[in-house]
Amino acid sequence: MTHGEIVKVAGPLVVAKALTNPQMYELVRVGTAKLFGEIIELRGEMASIQVYEETSGVGPGEPVVQTGSLLTVELGPGLITSIYDGIQRPLDAIRAQYGDFIPRGVALPALPRDRRWHFVPSVKVGDAVVEGDIIGSVQETRAVLHQIMVPRGLAGQVVSISEHDLTVEESVAVLRTDSGEEKAVTMIQRWPVRNGRPYTRRMAPDAPLVTGQRVIDTLFPVAKGGTACVPGPFGSGKTVIQHQLAKWANADIIVYVGCGERGNEMTDVLQEFPQLKDPKTGEVLMNRTVLIANTSNMPVAAREASVFTGITIAEYFRDMGYSVALMADSTSRWAEAMREISGRLEEMPGEEGYPAYLASRVAAFYERAGRSMSLGSQPREGSLSVIGAVSPPGGDMSEPVVQATLRAVKVFWALDSRLAYARHFPAIDWLQSYSLYSNLLERFYEKELGERWSRDILEVRALLQKEAELQELVRLVGVDALSVADRLVLESAKSIREDFLQQGAFTEGDSYTSLRKQLKMLDAIMLWSHLAGKAASSGIPLDAILTMPIKVEIARSKAIPETNIAAFDTLEKSIERSFEALSEVDTTAREEYHE
Amino acid sequence: MNRDYRTVREIVGPLVLLDGAQDIKYGELVELRTISGMRHGQVLEVSGGTVLVQVFEGSSGMDLGQTVTRFLGHGLQFGVSRDIVGRVFNGLGAPIDGVAPILPEKVLDINGDPMNPYARDYPDEFIETGISAIDGLNTLVRGQKLPIFSGSGLPHAEIAAQIARQARVLSGTDEFAVVFGAMGITFEEADYFISDFRKSGAINQSVLFMNLANDPVIERIATPRFALSAAEYLAFELGMHVLVILSDMTNYCEALREISAARKEVPGRRGYPGYLYTDLATIYERAGRIKGKKGSITQLPILTMPEDDKTHPIPDLTGYITEGQIFLSRSLHQAGIYPPIDVLPSLSRLKDKGIGMGKTREDHAGLLNELFAAYARGRDARELAIVLGESALTETDRTFVKFSDQFERRFVRQGRDEDRSIEQTLSIGWELLSMLPLQELKRVSPAMVEKYMPKQTA
Repeated sequence: MTHGEIVKVAGPLVVAKALTNPQMYELVRVGTAKLFGEIIELRGEMASIQVYEETSGVGPGEPVVQTGSLLTVELGPGLITSIYDGIQRPLDAIRAQYGDFIPRGVALPALPRDRRWHFVPSVKVGDAVVEGDIIGSVQETRAVLHQIMVPRGLAGQVVSISEHDLTVEESVAVLRTDSGEEKAVTMIQRWPVRNGRPYTRRMAPDAPLVTGQRVIDTLFPVAKGGTACVPGPFGSGKTVIQHQLAKWANADIIVYVGCGERGNEMTDVLQEFPQLKDPKTGEVLMNRTVLIANTSNMPVAAREASVFTGITIAEYFRDMGYSVALMADSTSRWAEAMREISGRLEEMPGEEGYPAYLASRVAAFYERAGRSMSLGSQPREGSLSVIGAVSPPGGDMSEPVVQATLRAVKVFWALDSRLAYARHFPAIDWLQSYSLYSNLLERFYEKELGERWSRDILEVRALLQKEAELQELVRLVGVDALSVADRLVLESAKSIREDFLQQGAFTEGDSYTSLRKQLKMLDAIMLWSHLAGKAASSGIPLDAILTMPIKVEIARSKAIPETNIAAFDTLEKSIERSFEALSEVDTTAREEYHE
Repeated sequence: MNRDYRTVREIVGPLVLLDGAQDIKYGELVELRTISGMRHGQVLEVSGGTVLVQVFEGSSGMDLGQTVTRFLGHGLQFGVSRDIVGRVFNGLGAPIDGVAPILPEKVLDINGDPMNPYARDYPDEFIETGISAIDGLNTLVRGQKLPIFSGSGLPHAEIAAQIARQARVLSGTDEFAVVFGAMGITFEEADYFISDFRKSGAINQSVLFMNLANDPVIERIATPRFALSAAEYLAFELGMHVLVILSDMTNYCEALREISAARKEVPGRRGYPGYLYTDLATIYERAGRIKGKKGSITQLPILTMPEDDKTHPIPDLTGYITEGQIFLSRSLHQAGIYPPIDVLPSLSRLKDKGIGMGKTREDHAGLLNELFAAYARGRDARELAIVLGESALTETDRTFVKFSDQFERRFVRQGRDEDRSIEQTLSIGWELLSMLPLQELKRVSPAMVEKYMPKQTA
């Protein structure tokens, strides 16, 4: 091990001299406390190091030990259900060994070394394999079949392979390379976090990531392999949305990165996910989840690394042929960590003190999402969707992190504090938000749900847009000045907002809605809206329409269970019947009036 | 191994730069013997033999030639034992009540280590504060950090003292303690708390850290950390339930800005340093509960929003870290409503798991949502009525306006010593809801209406 010597300590930034051939982003251990750090600048014989842990008590003259490798993550069985800090140290094992608070300089392997996995080969002795090929698998949890792939840069003929219970470090197979060398393959791979994992080609997304959240799935869908951001002021429900997606999105693997946020939120996930079941497979949600928790009070440099650690793990599962979704909460804290390090490096600041490379780093991060074919002789299709929360200061959407993010992502869910105050959740503002995937996904919806879906959504958008215009007018002249038709627009839009877009994340039965039920709910609201329009134009008084008791039943259609979708047919019939009843009563009323 | 140096080269604001020092560690504590007495400082940066020290008491009266600096070889520490309960300390943890010094059982680094997120236990034990606007709508739970967003001239001290006085958990009689950290507040305000604690007897169960308005500014940076080290010791070593009141966080942030400016760092918004978020997080995140441990730390920081502006960096960054906020409203205060809590922008993020059957009552969640929505609608309508006149409102909207007036008068408003049980709070809520047409109540289930809504007298 080669080492150098510390010359300067300023918070998380340490400068060392006399290192032997230091590389950019090389991992080093700093001081006698052996703190983890990464080289981020080289000037002559001086190297600047960002240290992932608190540097109190470290001083000039102490050694810096080089590891010779970049910051890497360990990939292999044992990732699922784990909780790691920003540089992939296992927090559960740290607690077991060191207690309730995290001491400094702790180094524990990310994947358990003593656990045995039942390896089942999928190739035979004599087969030729190349990098990225699957040679076998391990049932990691009941929900995840962990594929063991030939690591990067290795190819050859299988010399030996067999079914065995093995630890991650033991050899599962031996390959003979072209040069005649014999190489052992283990279940563990290492990958530098700042480099994306390779694939053979990228494709445009073609299927939605179904989230079970009505406002998202209908108005602002995100695609599998797509990118989305959720900016909003504090208290507007960013984290709840991220949690909802982590719970209900129809991805095979979820990677949740808590980046500089609250410790209790991670606890919430840790306590809740093992209880919740996937609505499709019935499997416990924790069995498909990897957690990265670098909370706001944990060291800032490790926070900067946490999103890369998370996305590298996500890419690894994508390469197995899974659809993976990564939630990063919050990317603003990541950007602030970059700003803090940049400030200590005394770099020339860009906007609001953020480094000039903020936008390119943000874009490069989101660009690691996508739908792609893996390496290997039989490429597999996988996808990686990335959903980032953004926490703009004061809810100001013009600040640099929001703006840099909006240039990189395709879906924008704008959270509005006014909606949040009125307890309209999810507080996604339907006028400001957008999704660039809507058109791309139309064919999928048509095939799965028929053309009603797109037609309903078109009408919903039009009604909400019209409502906003009318609200302006109401503010000036009062609601009585509106025409009957406009009053009905307001009423329909209100029904859409309250009975459809509002969704209770903590209400059982409402937390997740299947696409089919979403369509049925919309159909019912639209049916009422059409019939109401007709009724009004045939002369039925507005008050009679607005006070129809059937509206209460439409409002309660949220509570109709997924297993009883047929109840919506009954609802539609009773809507029709109640309009018929209305026109009968009223025909007589009108006649009396005319006589 | 203590080392003395007489090599101060520069003094800028609260910062001192000296040369030729050997074997200095980052964060080390420093004693400075000056011509005007002893001061304390901490190493902010060390580069070769050049050391930058921040002086807690400020640099006025110091000179270059005669200042002797001594490096103590450790960071800021606080010696704790059970005897700290009932004592008064200054902002740097030295006793100022004239009683004997503490014989420490344990010496803690005031910065603490970050709590392992895996070790946390989710806060879900309801704390009854006896204040309807909090218990009913923004429920506080054990282990939460819930700041009071106030403004100059608003009664935040009274509310915090009332909470400290009345707070209790419905089950159990566990030991409790109050830790109070005063940062740059006036003597009168601090005295208000102390005499209130004395009146209620809480003084024997409290630990006070006093950095008043005329005490050294830079010292304030350490004060909350002393308070929280004491709290962690009481909660996680002695198993007590600790309520930490920190007042005023705005003064703390200003002290931080002063140091940042003296170091000529690139400023973030409004001159506050770019690391303000991280720095505040190392304070607020020290609240919580730990799996398998009895005690808990609940934080009630108070901050005054400059110009009542909640987008100011201090309330803004605080709101992003804490688990909600209690918002005080100047217009309610001027309308004579105490406590002037504006429930709409107020929020308790942890309430959902702290309320309901077995915690408060089965109808709580539905009732709370209905009250929020109805009050929001009533306030909107009231604004509309100001522009267009009341006659422009529909009949229903007029009912909602009436509702929101009554809500402020009967639900939010209560006496300074009035201690309402959660049942009382909820039944006031139902009484108010009975003013509204039944078909407008979409958030409460019919069964709950049947059970709890007061029957209309025909």
